[in-house]
Amino acid sequence: MIPPAFDYHRPADLPAAVALLSEHGEDARLIAGGHSLIPMMKLRMTAFGHLIDLQGVAALRGIEVGATVRIGAMTTQHEILTHAGLAEAAPILAEAARQIADPQVRYMGTLGGNVANGDPGNDMPGLMQCLDATYHLAGPDGERTVAARAFYEAAYVTARAEDEILTAVSFARPAGGGAYEKQKRKIGDYATAAAAVQIAMEGGRVTAASVAMTNLSDVPVWSEAAGAALVGSACDEEAVAAAVAAMLADIDPASDNRGPVEFKRHVAGVILRRAIARAADRAEGGQA
Amino acid sequence: MNDLTPSREERTANLKGLGCARKRVEDARFTQGKGNYVDDIKLPGMLFGDFVRSPYAHARVISINAEAALALPGVIAVLTAKDLEPLGLHWMPTLAGDRQMVLADGKVLFQGQEVAFVVAENRYVAADAIELIEVEYEELPVVTDPFKALEDGATVLREDIADKLEGAHGPRRHPNHIFRWEAGDEAATEAVLAEAEVVAEETVYYHRTHPCPLETCGCVASMDKINGKLTVWGTFQAPHVVRTVASLLSGIAEHNIRVVSPDIGGGFGNKVGVYPGYVCAIVASIVTARPVKWIEDRMDNLMATAFARDYWMKGRIAATKDGRITGLWCHTTADHGAFDACADPTKFPAGFFHICTGSYDIPVAWVGVDGVYTNKAPGGVAYRCSFRVTEAAYFIERMIEVLAMKLGMDSAELRAKNFIRKEQFPYTSALGWEYDSGDYHTAWDKALKAVDYEGLRREQAERLEAFRRGETRTLMGIGLTFFTEIVGAGPVKNCDILGMGMFDSCEIRIHPTGSAIARLGTISQGQGHATTFAQILASEIGIPADDITVEEGDTDTAPYGLGTYGSRSTPVAGAATALAGRKIRAKAQMIAAWLLEVHDDDVEWDIDRFAVKGAPERFKTMKEIAFAAYNQAIPGLEPGLEAVSYYDPPNMTYPFGAYVCVMDIDVDTGTADIRQFYALDDCGTRINPMVIEGQVHGGLTEALAIAMGQEIAYDEMGNVKTGTLMDFFLPTAWETPNYVTDWTETPSPHHPIGAKGVGESPNVGGVPAFSNAVHDAFRAFGLTQTHMPHDHWRIWQTANRLGLHG
Amino acid sequence: MSKMHLKLTVNGQAVETLAEPRELLIHVLRERLDITGPHIGCETSHCGACTVDMDGKSVKACTVFAAQAQGAEITTVEGLAGPDGMHVLQQMFREHHGLQCGYCTPGMITRAWRLLQETPRPTEEEVRHGMAGNLCRCTGYQNIVKAILAASDAMAAQKEAAE
Repeated sequence: MIPPAFDYHRPADLPAAVALLSEHGEDARLIAGGHSLIPMMKLRMTAFGHLIDLQGVAALRGIEVGATVRIGAMTTQHEILTHAGLAEAAPILAEAARQIADPQVRYMGTLGGNVANGDPGNDMPGLMQCLDATYHLAGPDGERTVAARAFYEAAYVTARAEDEILTAVSFARPAGGGAYEKQKRKIGDYATAAAAVQIAMEGGRVTAASVAMTNLSDVPVWSEAAGAALVGSACDEEAVAAAVAAMLADIDPASDNRGPVEFKRHVAGVILRRAIARAADRAEGGQA
Repeated sequence: MNDLTPSREERTANLKGLGCARKRVEDARFTQGKGNYVDDIKLPGMLFGDFVRSPYAHARVISINAEAALALPGVIAVLTAKDLEPLGLHWMPTLAGDRQMVLADGKVLFQGQEVAFVVAENRYVAADAIELIEVEYEELPVVTDPFKALEDGATVLREDIADKLEGAHGPRRHPNHIFRWEAGDEAATEAVLAEAEVVAEETVYYHRTHPCPLETCGCVASMDKINGKLTVWGTFQAPHVVRTVASLLSGIAEHNIRVVSPDIGGGFGNKVGVYPGYVCAIVASIVTARPVKWIEDRMDNLMATAFARDYWMKGRIAATKDGRITGLWCHTTADHGAFDACADPTKFPAGFFHICTGSYDIPVAWVGVDGVYTNKAPGGVAYRCSFRVTEAAYFIERMIEVLAMKLGMDSAELRAKNFIRKEQFPYTSALGWEYDSGDYHTAWDKALKAVDYEGLRREQAERLEAFRRGETRTLMGIGLTFFTEIVGAGPVKNCDILGMGMFDSCEIRIHPTGSAIARLGTISQGQGHATTFAQILASEIGIPADDITVEEGDTDTAPYGLGTYGSRSTPVAGAATALAGRKIRAKAQMIAAWLLEVHDDDVEWDIDRFAVKGAPERFKTMKEIAFAAYNQAIPGLEPGLEAVSYYDPPNMTYPFGAYVCVMDIDVDTGTADIRQFYALDDCGTRINPMVIEGQVHGGLTEALAIAMGQEIAYDEMGNVKTGTLMDFFLPTAWETPNYVTDWTETPSPHHPIGAKGVGESPNVGGVPAFSNAVHDAFRAFGLTQTHMPHDHWRIWQTANRLGLHG
Repeated sequence: MSKMHLKLTVNGQAVETLAEPRELLIHVLRERLDITGPHIGCETSHCGACTVDMDGKSVKACTVFAAQAQGAEITTVEGLAGPDGMHVLQQMFREHHGLQCGYCTPGMITRAWRLLQETPRPTEEEVRHGMAGNLCRCTGYQNIVKAILAASDAMAAQKEAAE
């Protein structure tokens, strides 16, 4: 219940935050909303000397909606859920955010925290891969970007260097219709299986499709083949079955309290089918 | 009499007595954050204690090095078994005639077991100190399977009693065997089974789970060396018993010990027994001469405190081919964990499990229970179980379903055919219980009509056809249950907790200005006693409930009682309350007669006053009588107006109910949508309908959790897999449906106000209802039994094994 | 371990205390400021018994460091009643039997208070979803939902009467 001790820092801007991170190296952790880090500290699963609180860094806040959507890393799930511009430009985001944790956690949990720590259970990484998002990183040597699809290497291992801070996430405004479908044991649980699907259609044919799966491997899984199986089709049963088969070849779920591998694979297929159906429906209805 | 005189209806309503949906007096403080729970208590100089706990399920403790911990500023002491041994406190007696380690004495026997107790200035220092204590363990083979535990050559867990062939409950046939307990007639039952037209057989497992009250266990122990008095505040469902036990264990005379149960954040049987935390906090307070607080974490609570259930029940039920049950046989293997700490009355090592003939008139029956040690936490009796009645009800309600399938009969009809009939009460079951009262057929008919049972079956049949045609992937399940349970322990001649007879008590004092205070031997943990027991009294003594304070939980002032669990408060303390009230009224009658200058027999009771027979305009209200008790010198009567009653119940009480659960199950995802839940409860006289309904809602939600996903699960190394709320399923408002509650009222003939108690019924009846709904959904495909919990993956697996995934 | 000088506003009052940066806000409130309304029910941020309102957000006080709360404006259940008596939510919890042991109640009411500001006229579904961060073992939630919907009705009627 009681976390180990640390020295606390609240930098006033991004350069100060980066400097602190460089200074303390391995012995420092960043805290955004704290709702992944603090529970681990309370279980004494992690300890370090310096905590760097990002809540004072204004540059990490803000949502811009245009042809590109750009969301600051410290944006909370609650802010994503209640932002009118986002609801119109990329409703799949609010749909996913609504299914993360519970209201209190959503008030504090941030997009940056959710995508940066490499927890395979988090929902936003898969969604960002579906949207082909770009992660913006700032370090002592300046700024760079990494595609979400290239960011995750293993559980809790990402392309972010120890001295870098994830500052924002951006993606092109999605076309067509999207859906985030998640099966879980109860509200607040991680996914037993979740699927993020974005489909664009024209004249009854799929012109673009992107599929990403969550908590079915030690990293989020963007299944290129699953998306490709839908492109050019009328999103009929044959195409959907092919997409599901392709997705199943790309995931590698582990057995845990949520169930054995065969169960998760079966549910993954059901969840993906439902997500495809809803995304296609919205694409045809003209709603994103 | 004139228009200004309140009518009899108004005077009755003004009392807010029996039957009134009186709003609760407790709510003022709870809704404004002014409750007083154990962790709210702060005393000057108070220290905080916490445990080093074993990561292993079975291991020798080779060494404990506390040097670094003791060097940490703010650490006062570290206690180990070696420190408790000179006091004889390194082990303590359990409620079940066994003994359990307070701190690891040479070995540990379950993951999470207490190894050392750190005492520090505050909980932050204590947590840091715990990390610095080095314990060297030598792992031993782990036994988690109670059947394997009884095999020849199985690892011996309880080396301390390995050579003891006699346990507290009779002979032990294996070092890991605890007891064998039986009831009924085995030979006659075998004979009936042998010649029966139909016999259905099944193994029904009620899995291990945990009551998980929202407030964990804890205490503050304060030894006042100057006055020689020990005070302990704590999460105690039985404060007087804790005081007596504390006196016996510590050697401090009982009048110098004060135990106080303040507000308790849920008990559900988790807070009945004495835990190592209480003992260590008391010892630490005596040793340091400062108050010591111990409050466990949630993981500690789930891993180390009293679990519930874990009964492997093998059943054989015999019947004629037209569905008349002729006999019931049950053998149970009971997994008790590493120490037998079951909170049962001492003569009943398997509690009241032999209520397992349920609501049915079964002429011949036999039940045998074998208790077994395993490398798991101790406990077993908890979680609204009424002493194993939850297990018994689940068993018989599953066997009814299995028998119905074998007979090709509708199980609603099978039940009705075999119910104990109204004329048969009081009814003595084949396993020895005398059921007090019941009218099962009326309740059953009411329930089935309320849910349109026939309509539901028609709908189910249509859905099944649609499923077979490939039009839907959901199956509909209708879960039926008709439970009879046994509560109100109990008659002193056969019910005791550690030798204390299971009576209960009420003491009342009326004040001169007509209000009153009553103190009870019970202790509410949310049941609303301060509200409801005042209602009982109001109806007995004609003083408004709003003018009666009800107190519980302070052993310095409350009369001795056995506490609150097993739905015993209303049957036992409620009876004491009514009888104490009648003593008050008896004296009040004499005072009234004297004031009215008539003979005692010439006045009669009328709601809130005594009036002269034949001259109702001449009366004295209880308020006037109360003042007179202090103000008048009445020949032959002592001044004052007070009474006490210690009630030894002549029998238990037998609440019953009819529940129907309708579920839609998605065979591909394993998810179950609870579409409808109807619960009819008969708890005899209904004191406060609002409180009863709340109890049913809460108990049903516990049942939902138990049936549909909650468990204390271990892997083969004895690691707890469900030790946090991430994996230990507690439904939120989102997963919980709306319930429809209903009732019939069949008073208990032996209870002064006919009340039976209701707190545990919804858990007793709820679990079979939810579980039977799951089974019923797959009935058409031949499913006879699938073990709980019915979480998504297990439901999916059932569908998979039945070939429903094409 | 050096302490920091913590300054907060709690239930409308400016307060100060010394606390280690790692101290959880729930412990600062309960142990240092003697505000024992919010309770502790778990250590994994699931149960919501510790819920407070911090800078306009429903927050689990067990998952916030003292250091993060520097300068924050916090409302707990103790701060909801007004000069005229209990807040209508507190009244409705009593009226509709939305509590039994009372342990989840402070967090429950504090969260409901913010929920009704987010969504003044919620449907039952919105209430259940909006309260899913608060666990209760006693009530089965049904009467809690009833109480919150009743409070919403009462507050809407009050507003209409005032206009």
